[in-house]
Amino acid sequence: MFRRIMRPISPSARREERIFYLFILPWLIGLILFNAGPVFGMLGLSFTDWRISLDDLQFIGLDNYSKLFADPIFWTSVGNTLYIVVGRVVFGVSFALLLAILLNQKVPGIAFFRAVYYLPTVTAGVAVALVWIWIFNPRLGILNHTLKQIGITGPPWIHSSTWVKPSLILMSMFSVGPIMIILLAGLQGVPKELYESAEIDGAGNWAKFRNVTLPMLSPVLFFVIIISVVSSFQNFTEIRVMTEGGPGESSNVMIWYLWKHAFVFLNLGVAAAVAWIMFVILMALTGLQFRLGRRWVYYEGEAR
Amino acid sequence: MTTDKPKKTVSWRKSIEGRRAIGIIITFALLVPLGVAFVLPFIVMVSTALKPLKQVFAFPPTLIPETVQWQNFPDGWYGYGYVDFTTCTWNSLKITVNNIIGNLVSCTLAAYAFARLKARGKNFFFAIVLATMLLPNEALVVPQYVLFSRFGWLDTHLPLMVPPWFGWPFFIFLLRQFFLTIPEELIDAAKIDGAGHVRILMQIFIPLSKPALATLAIFAFIGNWNNFFGPLLYLRTPNVQTLPVCLVQYQGAYGNTEWHLMMAVATITVIPVLLIFIFGQRYFVEGIATSGVKG
Repeated sequence: MFRRIMRPISPSARREERIFYLFILPWLIGLILFNAGPVFGMLGLSFTDWRISLDDLQFIGLDNYSKLFADPIFWTSVGNTLYIVVGRVVFGVSFALLLAILLNQKVPGIAFFRAVYYLPTVTAGVAVALVWIWIFNPRLGILNHTLKQIGITGPPWIHSSTWVKPSLILMSMFSVGPIMIILLAGLQGVPKELYESAEIDGAGNWAKFRNVTLPMLSPVLFFVIIISVVSSFQNFTEIRVMTEGGPGESSNVMIWYLWKHAFVFLNLGVAAAVAWIMFVILMALTGLQFRLGRRWVYYEGEAR
Repeated sequence: MTTDKPKKTVSWRKSIEGRRAIGIIITFALLVPLGVAFVLPFIVMVSTALKPLKQVFAFPPTLIPETVQWQNFPDGWYGYGYVDFTTCTWNSLKITVNNIIGNLVSCTLAAYAFARLKARGKNFFFAIVLATMLLPNEALVVPQYVLFSRFGWLDTHLPLMVPPWFGWPFFIFLLRQFFLTIPEELIDAAKIDGAGHVRILMQIFIPLSKPALATLAIFAFIGNWNNFFGPLLYLRTPNVQTLPVCLVQYQGAYGNTEWHLMMAVATITVIPVLLIFIFGQRYFVEGIATSGVKG
């Protein structure tokens, strides 16, 4: 390998190489300064007791981690995160798949529906989270009012510790736009011949879905599951605006736990430990995506 | 599982046209109610924004306001003690525009390098782009906060406005995929004419990549306009706040939120995003599809 790097190259190739590094330089600096540096800093920080100022750093070894693991609220937040991850993967992804299948039908006006279905995703943010507080209002909210019309007494949604997580999952199903579009593109990529030959074999709609669509879609589905897991860790806005981790600790997720320790309790050491754990989980997911989902990344680029 | 055996008399329901008609009916029977559900949050927002407060709390709830109170919009905009939405909007706009330009410049350069230049170590660095593509900023927020506080950047817009000039893996990846589709012959012809890489980039790649660049600009607009985590973290003083943070300050601490005014301002903040989405919809959908499957 050493010899390969030292291999003499022509002046023009060398010039091209210099331009390459010049062009990626901003990204490279950003990577080191804002990503790699912080990641290692975070690891270091997680072994220290940092309360007031950085000059008062005290090395305390694994204390932050043992404190963390001994804190039942931390485990509650892990459990809540897991609950939401599973909910969003199971309901969110299947809902997105249903939407993608609908949008893949050849009926007039489909572009309009695609835009409508995507709409809540682009507007996801504080404004819409505030609207959802109102929608979830047990007495005056549109949700329970509609349920009442069909004879169902609605639950108290975000005001109940049993219903708050299902509420957040339900709300997240309105912003499945990106995964819906990715699945739609995946559906459109399934070769028509496969459906035709399945039809010749006498397959019905369900059999076609089960034996052609799902297997052909599996790399895309896998990618989409990874994305929805990753985005489940990013639900800070909803939690901050709608529940503040409550009622009790019932919607305290990892990112909220981290936020409170870092910026409310001002204990950055513990927060860094939580952040490091989250980072490891997310990188492991990316690694998994890399290993199992190579097709997704290389297909077009390397074929040329 | 049933297998359709060819029958002599095919009923309408089983005929090709009949099946297709039933398919269309079922599709619409699902498409339309779902579409209504998806716009419902907006309807709730706008209808609340138009009601007097008394009607907001009236039972049973209504979607159509009995009396329309346009005054909510100016009242909401200027009405809340220390929050001045003109300042917040200006701050949001400034940060958003800066970040779009920063992202476009830095990502275009890196994407061109990864798509078209040969260099030792390229695969290694590209692997890092891919590895960091899915990593949300939230995971790095603690050390970044420490870093920016060391820089003395807290309570300024710098922690929000500087990083975008240093690239964004997802955008680099998207643009690189697009750059790969530009025909090699064009580059060879330019090289024969003696054009350097900067000129090739400026005169061939950028003009040909307008759709991809538009996609990135739209993504960047929406991401930055809606960004709540960053501003909440780095900004303290009211006059440097961005829109989302201003908006949550409307939430009354003791449940005395003025919903009608808050929803009026919420509606105003959502309008730019809606406009961008409506006009840029095509780019949007293509961009996302590229990230997932074609890539």
